Amino acid sequence: MAQRGIREFHAKKILARYLKEYSNGKFHYDGKVALVTPEYSIDQAAKDNKWIKEVPLTVKPDQLFGKRGKHGLVLLNASFEQAKQWIAEKMGKEVQVGKTKGILTHFLVEPFVPHDKEYYIAIKTEADGDRIYFSNEGGIDIEENWEKVKQFFVPILGSIDDVDLSVLEPLIRDFVKALYKIFVDLDFTYLEINPFTIVGNEVIPLDLVARLDDTAYFWNKDKWGDVEFPTPFGRTFTKEEEFIKELDEKTGASLKLTVLNPKGRVWLLVAGGGASVIYADTVVDLGFGNELANYGEYSGNPSEEETYLYAKTIIDLMTREKDPRGKVLIIGGGIANFTDVAKTFKGIIRALREYKEKLKENNVKVYVRRGGPNYKEGLKLMKELGEEIGIPIEVYGPELPMTRVVTLALKGGTNEGN
Amino acid sequence: MKAINEKTQAIIFGRQLKAIQRMLDFDYVSRRSVPSVAAIVDPTTEGFETAFFGSDEVLIPVYRSITEAAEKHPNTTVMINFASYRSAFETTKEALDIPNFKIIAVIAEGIPERKERILGALAREKGKVIIGPATVGGIAAGRFRIGNAGGSIENIIASKLYRPGSVGLVTKSGGMLNEMFNLIARNANGINIGIAIGGDRYPCSSLVDHLMGFESDPEVKFHVVLGEVGGLEEYKIVDALKAGKIKKPLVAWVTGTCAKVFPTEVQFGHAGARAGADKETADAKNAALREAGAIVPESFDGLPEKIKEVYENLKQKGEIPEIKEFTPPQVPMDFDKAVKEGLVRRHRQFITTISDDRGEEVKYAGVPLSEIIESKKGIGYVIGLLWFKKSLPDYAVKFIELILQIVADHGPCVSGAHNAIVASRAGKDLVSSLASGILTIGPRFGGAIDGAGHYFKWAKDSGLSPMEFVNEMKKRGIPIPGIGHRVKSVRNPDKRVELLKNFAKENFPSTNYLNYALKVEKITTSKKENLILNVDGCTGVLLVDLMKSLNLTDKEIDERIDAGLLNAFFVLGRSIGIIGHIIDQKLLKSKLYRTPYDDVLYKLPKKADL
Repeated sequence: MAQRGIREFHAKKILARYLKEYSNGKFHYDGKVALVTPEYSIDQAAKDNKWIKEVPLTVKPDQLFGKRGKHGLVLLNASFEQAKQWIAEKMGKEVQVGKTKGILTHFLVEPFVPHDKEYYIAIKTEADGDRIYFSNEGGIDIEENWEKVKQFFVPILGSIDDVDLSVLEPLIRDFVKALYKIFVDLDFTYLEINPFTIVGNEVIPLDLVARLDDTAYFWNKDKWGDVEFPTPFGRTFTKEEEFIKELDEKTGASLKLTVLNPKGRVWLLVAGGGASVIYADTVVDLGFGNELANYGEYSGNPSEEETYLYAKTIIDLMTREKDPRGKVLIIGGGIANFTDVAKTFKGIIRALREYKEKLKENNVKVYVRRGGPNYKEGLKLMKELGEEIGIPIEVYGPELPMTRVVTLALKGGTNEGN
Repeated sequence: MKAINEKTQAIIFGRQLKAIQRMLDFDYVSRRSVPSVAAIVDPTTEGFETAFFGSDEVLIPVYRSITEAAEKHPNTTVMINFASYRSAFETTKEALDIPNFKIIAVIAEGIPERKERILGALAREKGKVIIGPATVGGIAAGRFRIGNAGGSIENIIASKLYRPGSVGLVTKSGGMLNEMFNLIARNANGINIGIAIGGDRYPCSSLVDHLMGFESDPEVKFHVVLGEVGGLEEYKIVDALKAGKIKKPLVAWVTGTCAKVFPTEVQFGHAGARAGADKETADAKNAALREAGAIVPESFDGLPEKIKEVYENLKQKGEIPEIKEFTPPQVPMDFDKAVKEGLVRRHRQFITTISDDRGEEVKYAGVPLSEIIESKKGIGYVIGLLWFKKSLPDYAVKFIELILQIVADHGPCVSGAHNAIVASRAGKDLVSSLASGILTIGPRFGGAIDGAGHYFKWAKDSGLSPMEFVNEMKKRGIPIPGIGHRVKSVRNPDKRVELLKNFAKENFPSTNYLNYALKVEKITTSKKENLILNVDGCTGVLLVDLMKSLNLTDKEIDERIDAGLLNAFFVLGRSIGIIGHIIDQKLLKSKLYRTPYDDVLYKLPKKADL
């Protein structure tokens, strides 16, 4: 993976842990934040954090989505009881944010901070360096006031200490330097605090979005603490997706499955990360996006058993609900490097054989395209299977362009010369 | 890439023998005169590896450091870095500082973006090219192959990678390289060079960097680019097109157009493949490329036709030179593969009938080790499997373990322990001291078990009465093995013998040979008190009884006795005691042993007698 969003709660905790050290004691942030979850109630949080019952509170969902204020999902200046009731109302409820629907499960609780001044800072990465954005006029209207945002570029081989920050007030300058150094040392890939305010020596981030580079885990796991990388908001896993995810975690091979539309007529069983995207693309490019049932891939030399389980999961899903127009299963892939095609096909063949009755009932047509070591044997096995179980299986090798099989499957006809 | 030619040699970081063999196989079919791998770097060991170059074998030196390898092989210009994601940064940085290297390929996946960006910037500063990270590498057709790029040798041949064509190919995805090679070979005259820059968000060299290289290479007639959703890489191509820096025709496609139908954010296989902003979507990038003058099909499926069009067009204009085709030499099949496919056969030099370590776990006489351990049957059972190839009944297992316990040690004074102690005290290691002890086992010490088994069995089987047997041995002048003890006697019986006898009488289905031996003992002890059936004798005859009860034929038993199997119980058991003595001496820090003068009777010949 790479850039992964983290919860506002964890990002603020990290900031609280390091701001003092990185600003040589000039700033601090108390990190008064608590994360209420289905397992960790606000009552429990209040026991662990005395301030929760002592100060007015701000409460908002902490699930990697923004524009919470616009969706009426921020509670300001609330008493403990109000906060408790508000969370009780919202916990477990489905909300729609933009195109995405999801269940609310995590709430950030922090002291309500009355303030006049709202600053904006964001740091993002570019190929040649990092770009820092700063404005004295932060808050929700930042985009309207974008011309007031000051930009600074730190070359990847350079240092923030060599960047001219003289347009900033001295106090802000020091804060920017400290924050940037935390950003670098802890392998942030994105950090936006909008807004934050300064009370004495305390910098209080009011709203914050952060992403970490999870490949830096090996170096930074101690500094990050108990940070988690939640799945994007609204992304819940079906039983089958969960099963494949677990299978994937157990093996050195890669097995991925996302069900897009369980009623879709076009199902993909494709080898290889790169190829799998292109197969899905082609379905969409040919105008069948609304019929595309799944995205997924198997690669990295899975065993016959793993391939069988993966294929079975997809075939089971696609034969649950009949469609009078019939369905299409595309067993695709590019030209493998070293994977024995015949061997991986054996797992798929086992699953197809097991489901032959259901495949017939659902009027499924199978299209195969694959190349690589031992592909001829693999294709032969597939062809024979079609005759054996009485299901139409069309079989192609590298002589057919990789995605042409999608055209054949969706638009009909056969490839000339085959 | 002009830095690459058919003489280019690389240093490989990491002992990647398969990848190295694949490079050399590529070299062979490309008719290179020298192998493309000059040396290996492995920080843990040095020495040599071998690899095939055709049917010949070449030695490839292994060094501990990149710097040393580069010094010893000053003509190498490429490093292929197979270091893990944890050490890829440091090793690549080291290679960047070495003047030899112009190109470094970094294979590892999962290098943090900041480290990647630093490497990319350092390379640009030094005017070098890093391909990767997170890539399979690439191929300069007919000249040089990076590691595993291009796949199996069949793919190399089928996509004509053994000789240069006219197309410059650059992709993000390494997994799609083979497919593109195939597609370009079928719709044009094959690639001249093909590079996968890797799927990360900030690859150390960009698509456009490589395109600029192709642009200035007269052998490359047109470009093919396969981009990917996420990141802004492709916009650098758009800028170069707009600035007129790319003049050769450019066919491009950006994958990931399907992302728009996904309800939530789905992470594709690659780290960089994530469409955050609208600008990073595949549709936006395809549109921008098309607008800037690239030839962009409506979908990936239209790519072959576009490539063909451009190729035919350039050919008509006479810009594509005639390629001198040749039949690439056949790479000899590896012996292992030929065996697997049943193409060759060969007499085996060794035969084994007792154990097999191929497969998931070792099998003793066909029984998997885990099954033995789970059954909790113990070491006696293992001995049964490995020495008799039998699944022994419980009484036999217990009897074997009884023998081992009984013979395990007999104090420090007996020959074996004594010798071992002396050797150990002379500073010899455990194995040498043990050998020195065990080597005393023979006809006089411990070794009488074989003899006892042999003679008692022979006597009983030939129908000799115990008296006839005693007389026969006397006539032959052979003391009966297993009879007699220096200290023990009828009145002072050997406790160990009692234990063995009692166990056998209670548990063995029959003890015919023991009974016979006891009758012999009656005769011998009537002559002399200490001519008892000793522990060797008792063990020997009981082992014969045991083998009988396991249904071994007489011939099989005789063969085993002749092979020394009975003695083996003593050797094995006594090793336990001898090892104990050696360890004991080592811990005691005992000094060198020297036999005192007064233990030796000096009787030398007088000079006059000589």
